[in-house]
Amino acid sequence: MRNRLIGAALAAALGLAVLPGAASAAGAGPQPPEREWSFNGIFGSFDRAALQRGYQVYREVCAACHGMRLMFYRNLTQIGLSEAAAKAEAANAFVVDGPDSEGEMFERPGKLSDRFVSPFPNDNAAKAANGGALPPDLSLIAKNQAAGPDYIAAVLTGYADPPEGMEMGETQSYNMYFSGHRISMPPPLFDDLVEYADGTPATVEQMAVDVSHFLMFAAEPQLEDRHRLGVKVVIFLLVLTGLLYALKRKVWSDLH
Amino acid sequence: MAAPKFENPIVRWIDYRLPVFTFMHHEMHEYPTPKNLNYWWNFGSLAGFMLIVMILTGIMLAMHYTPHVDHAFDSVERIRRDVPFGWLIQFIHMNGASFFFILVYIHIFRGLYYGSYKSPREILWILGVVILLLMMATAFMGYVLPWGQMSFWGATVITNLFSAIPLVGEHIVSWLWGGFAVDNATLNRFYSLHYLLPFVIVGVVVLHVVALHTHGSNNPLGIELRGKQDSIPFHPYYTIKDMFGLGLFLTIFCLFVFFAPDYLGHPDNYVPANPLVTPPHIVPEWYFLPFFAILRAIPDKLLGVVAMFAAIAVLFILPWLDRSPVRSARFRPIYKQVFWLLVLDCLVLGYIGSQPAEGWYIHIGRLATIYYFAHFFVILPLLSVFERPRPLPLSIGEPVLGGGSSPPAGGGGAGAMERA
Repeated sequence: MRNRLIGAALAAALGLAVLPGAASAAGAGPQPPEREWSFNGIFGSFDRAALQRGYQVYREVCAACHGMRLMFYRNLTQIGLSEAAAKAEAANAFVVDGPDSEGEMFERPGKLSDRFVSPFPNDNAAKAANGGALPPDLSLIAKNQAAGPDYIAAVLTGYADPPEGMEMGETQSYNMYFSGHRISMPPPLFDDLVEYADGTPATVEQMAVDVSHFLMFAAEPQLEDRHRLGVKVVIFLLVLTGLLYALKRKVWSDLH
Repeated sequence: MAAPKFENPIVRWIDYRLPVFTFMHHEMHEYPTPKNLNYWWNFGSLAGFMLIVMILTGIMLAMHYTPHVDHAFDSVERIRRDVPFGWLIQFIHMNGASFFFILVYIHIFRGLYYGSYKSPREILWILGVVILLLMMATAFMGYVLPWGQMSFWGATVITNLFSAIPLVGEHIVSWLWGGFAVDNATLNRFYSLHYLLPFVIVGVVVLHVVALHTHGSNNPLGIELRGKQDSIPFHPYYTIKDMFGLGLFLTIFCLFVFFAPDYLGHPDNYVPANPLVTPPHIVPEWYFLPFFAILRAIPDKLLGVVAMFAAIAVLFILPWLDRSPVRSARFRPIYKQVFWLLVLDCLVLGYIGSQPAEGWYIHIGRLATIYYFAHFFVILPLLSVFERPRPLPLSIGEPVLGGGSSPPAGGGGAGAMERA
C-alpha cells in the first residue's frame, strides 16, 4: 500500500525509528501482495466505476452476512449514483422504525438518511446463522487491517486447499492471508457471480478488487477531500516557508 | 530597563493602568537572547504552538464527541464523516499528539546535550519534566476516548499496573476505574481529565517561561552572556527564526495529516472496543514505547512499574547527578559520546517496546534498560569527576570575532575560571 510507503518515507525523513506497522503485522499470515489503487498517493482519487461495481458486489454478495453500520444510503451519491438511484437503493431496504402513535414498531422502505440495514438484528443472531462465527461489520475494515484494501483483496482471492495434515473445522476454509489460515467464511466469490451493468467481466479477481475499492471508500468517504486540500495546503506552506526563510536571512543579515 | 514610549494614546492609557504592553515589550520584544542559538532552540516555541493547536482542535472535537461507551466510537466516526472539516480537525488532533511528543522529545534531548538543566536553570528543567508527565497523562487518557480496541485494552493494561502497589493497589485501581472494570465511568473521568489537564499544562508552561526569562536561554556554548555584544533582542531576530522553523514544521506535519494520517496510529483502534476480545498484541502509542519496554524488561510487576516511573523521575534529579560545571557537550568530549549512546539506547528501547516480549527481544530490552539507568546513575556522576572538559571560550562574541572555532589563547584560563 503506497500510503504506508509515504508514511515510512516521511518517518525516515524525520529520523523516526518507529514502525507501528511492524508491531501489528507480527503473528499475522503472509504479507498480502501490494496492488495499485487509484486512491493511493497524494493525488489519488476513487474510481467511480470501480466504486459502483464494488457496491454491487457488496450488496449482492457480502451484505447477506456483513453489515456496514457507519454507511448511510446518502453516501451512495458520493460514489456517482444519482440521487434518484440512491433513493431507489434505499427504498429496496426495509427499515424498522417507530414506535408509531399506537406504540407499535413498523417497517418502512429506507430513505437516504437511513444507515445501511444490517442483515441481522444483533450479533448473536449473526453468530447463530453463521455457525458461531461473527461476520465483522465492514464499515472500517479497510482501515482496521494493517494492509487495508490489499488485505481484503488478498483474503477474497486467497482461498486454497489446506496443506497436507492441516485439520480444518467443519465450517472452516483454508485461506493463505487470513490470520491463522482458518477462516469461517466459505469462499464468497465465483466467476460471474454478479452481472456488472457496465459489462466488465466479473472474475473473482475483478470482484475482489472492486469491493476492496468500495470498502476503502466506506472506511474514509472524505479521502478525496483530504488529498485535494492537502496538496493546496502543502504548496501554500512551502511558499510561505520559503518567504519566511528569505525574510529570516534579511533580518539576520545586519548581524554578520 | 526604562518603560517604552508608546505612540498610540489608547495603548498609553491602558499601559499606565495595567502595564501589559510594557510587559510584552520587555518579555517578547527586547528580551535579550544569546545571539548564537541554533535551530535546536526552535523546538520550545514549536511545542508551545502545538499545545495551542491541541487545545483549539480539542475544544472543537469536544463539541461533537459523546463520552459514552455505546456512542464514543461512532461519534468520532461521525466527526470524521459528517461534521464539516471534522476529518481535518480530528486528524490534526490525532497526529498533533504524536508531533507534540516529537517536538518535546527533541526539546528535552537538546536540553540534555547543551546542559540546559544546570544551575541556575534547575527549576526551569524540573517544570519541564512536570510538563512531560502531564502530557503523558493527557495523551494516555485522550487515546482512550475514541473507545477503539487499543483504547480499551491500553487503558486496561495501564490502569492495572497500579494493582502492583502493595496493600492498596486493588483499591486504587477500582478508584481509577470508578467501578470493577474499565467501563463508562472510566471513560467519563478520562474525558473530564483530558479536558482539564491541558489547561494545567498551560499553567506550568507559564511558570516554565517565567523561569526561562529569569536567567534567559542557555546557548550552544553553554556559557553565560558576558555583555550586550553577546545578546540580541528576541524580536525581530528570533521571532522570524521561530516563524521560519514553524513553517518548516507545519509542512512536515501537514504531510502526515493529509497524506498519512493513520501511519502513526494503530489499525486496531478502528475496531470498536470489545471487552470480550483481547487483541493479540497490545501496544501503546509510539511515544510510550521506550517506557513500555522498561516496564516489561523487569520480571517483577511492582519493580517494573517502579522502573518505568523512575525512568522519568530520574530527570527530576538530573541537575544533581551531573555535577560537571561545563554545560555544553561541545566542550565535554566523553559526555558528547555517551549522549548519543543514550539517544541510541532510547531508540532501541522504543523498538523493543513495539515488539512482542519474547526471545532475544527480552534480553536486549533488559540490557537497554540497564544502560538507561546506568547513564544517569553511574556514567554521569563518574564523568563529573573524571572527564577533562575542553577549554571554554571567554564569551559568545569571542569565537565569532576570533574567526572560527579555534580556541583562543586565554581559553584554558577562562575554562578554569568557569569551573571555579
